[in-house]
Amino acid sequence: MIEFKNVSFSYEKGKKILDDVSFTISDGESVGLIGANGAGKSTIMNLFLGLRFPSEGSAFVEGILVDKEHLSEVRRKIGFVLQNSDNQMFMPTVYEDMIFGPMNYGHSKEEVDQMVDTVLEELGLTYLKNRYNHKISGGEKRMAAIATVLAMRPRVILMDEPSTALDPVNRRTVINTINKLSQTKLIASHDLDMILDTCDRVILISEGRVVADGPTLEILKDRELLENNRMELPFCLQGYKG
Amino acid sequence: MDKLGKAQSELLEMDEIASGKSFVHRLHPLAKLVVTIVYIIFVVSFDKYNFTGLVPMVLFPVFIYQLAGVPVSLCFKKLRYVLPLVLAVGIVNPFFDNVPMLHLGNMVITGGVLSMLTLMLKGVLSIMASFILVATTKIDAICAALRKIHVPDIIVTLILLTYRYVGVMISEVSIMNNAYKLRAPGQKGIHFSAWGSFLGQLFLRSMDRAEELYSSMQLRAFKGEFYYADVHPATISSYVYVVVSILFFALFRFVDVSNLFGSLII
Repeated sequence: MIEFKNVSFSYEKGKKILDDVSFTISDGESVGLIGANGAGKSTIMNLFLGLRFPSEGSAFVEGILVDKEHLSEVRRKIGFVLQNSDNQMFMPTVYEDMIFGPMNYGHSKEEVDQMVDTVLEELGLTYLKNRYNHKISGGEKRMAAIATVLAMRPRVILMDEPSTALDPVNRRTVINTINKLSQTKLIASHDLDMILDTCDRVILISEGRVVADGPTLEILKDRELLENNRMELPFCLQGYKG
Repeated sequence: MDKLGKAQSELLEMDEIASGKSFVHRLHPLAKLVVTIVYIIFVVSFDKYNFTGLVPMVLFPVFIYQLAGVPVSLCFKKLRYVLPLVLAVGIVNPFFDNVPMLHLGNMVITGGVLSMLTLMLKGVLSIMASFILVATTKIDAICAALRKIHVPDIIVTLILLTYRYVGVMISEVSIMNNAYKLRAPGQKGIHFSAWGSFLGQLFLRSMDRAEELYSSMQLRAFKGEFYYADVHPATISSYVYVVVSILFFALFRFVDVSNLFGSLII
């Protein structure tokens, strides 16, 4: 479970990026975080990850307060898939990238190898294990980035634009993979069709506030709500007359 | 592929070359590091006029390149920008040291020429030895070896991140360079009036990427010390390699093998 309790945040005085944001995401839930550019989606992610800390209010991951004192504990429970996989995959091979986190947590080489093999098998990516990161395609890199996160066995996964810059087939592969994951998920994206395919619930953010929070279809079919917040209906619902 | 793209792929190629499976690749990284350091110390310690004495030291890199299956030409190709600098060392010696040292027929070789040649050879040999270390050992393994000999963690991490970060920098430069070229057709290179903003932008973009990359490392529990998974315990062959190599270096250093060999022939 992850939770925001009355969180406000500002980079500079007087200009709030987030203003009194509260929500709770239960275990195993898959939630889409949507909003226009600059709405505050990335800031919410960063606050859960402990890359920033709230100016007011608190963020919790699995009941643990996200602050400097509990950072290590929080990060053991949370995994983050970055928008730019090149920044996530900084080791030479997929294998080396996958073991980076678990080794830092002090697992033995045997344990880590076992974890890596299991994750790669689950995702059908065993063929990527010893491949060089600079020699795999964008889609494979995105999948490998997800694998590096899963190798750490997180309870919660945050994803920033997981479907961006992917061709339709790779996008579908990523969607199917997300749907297979049993962890609690928070997915920030402008790809509303993907959100519709992967999330049970959507939180709509605008100007640092939660504008809507509810079942995915209910929010994503509301043309007026979306357009008032600089968004539009997902392509698959654009002919929808509900 | 443009020059920057080539530079980037050459850099990435080194990781692949270093993952070979030859005897030299399989040696313990610390053994290779120690041998390289000792070799360079021996090479540098030769007298500046002892060119002939230094020549047999060529055998070590040549032999190791063969054993590793790495072509010597690859070293010169990859280091083509550094080699002129190495060769430039001592280039002024002939002007200052005119004492005749050798006579080859009618030709007089001065101390300056001899010391220049010795310095050049020392530079080339040191570079060749360093290159074969990098070409047969992954950077992580070299860093692990450095940690084993108690090089401070901060320095080792800095080396590793710099190595990794060079690629990121090149890719940023490449993107910006392409964007510039597309809007400056017919221009050769980047006009000097744009250098300031180009470098400023490069700095900011690099900072952004570095920050995100570092966040990604932090989120995977990086606390400043790398755990080098790829280092296996040293085998007996690694110990033998160190001992035999150092014995050979000592032999070449303290016995004038060239002279001895020459006297046997003449």
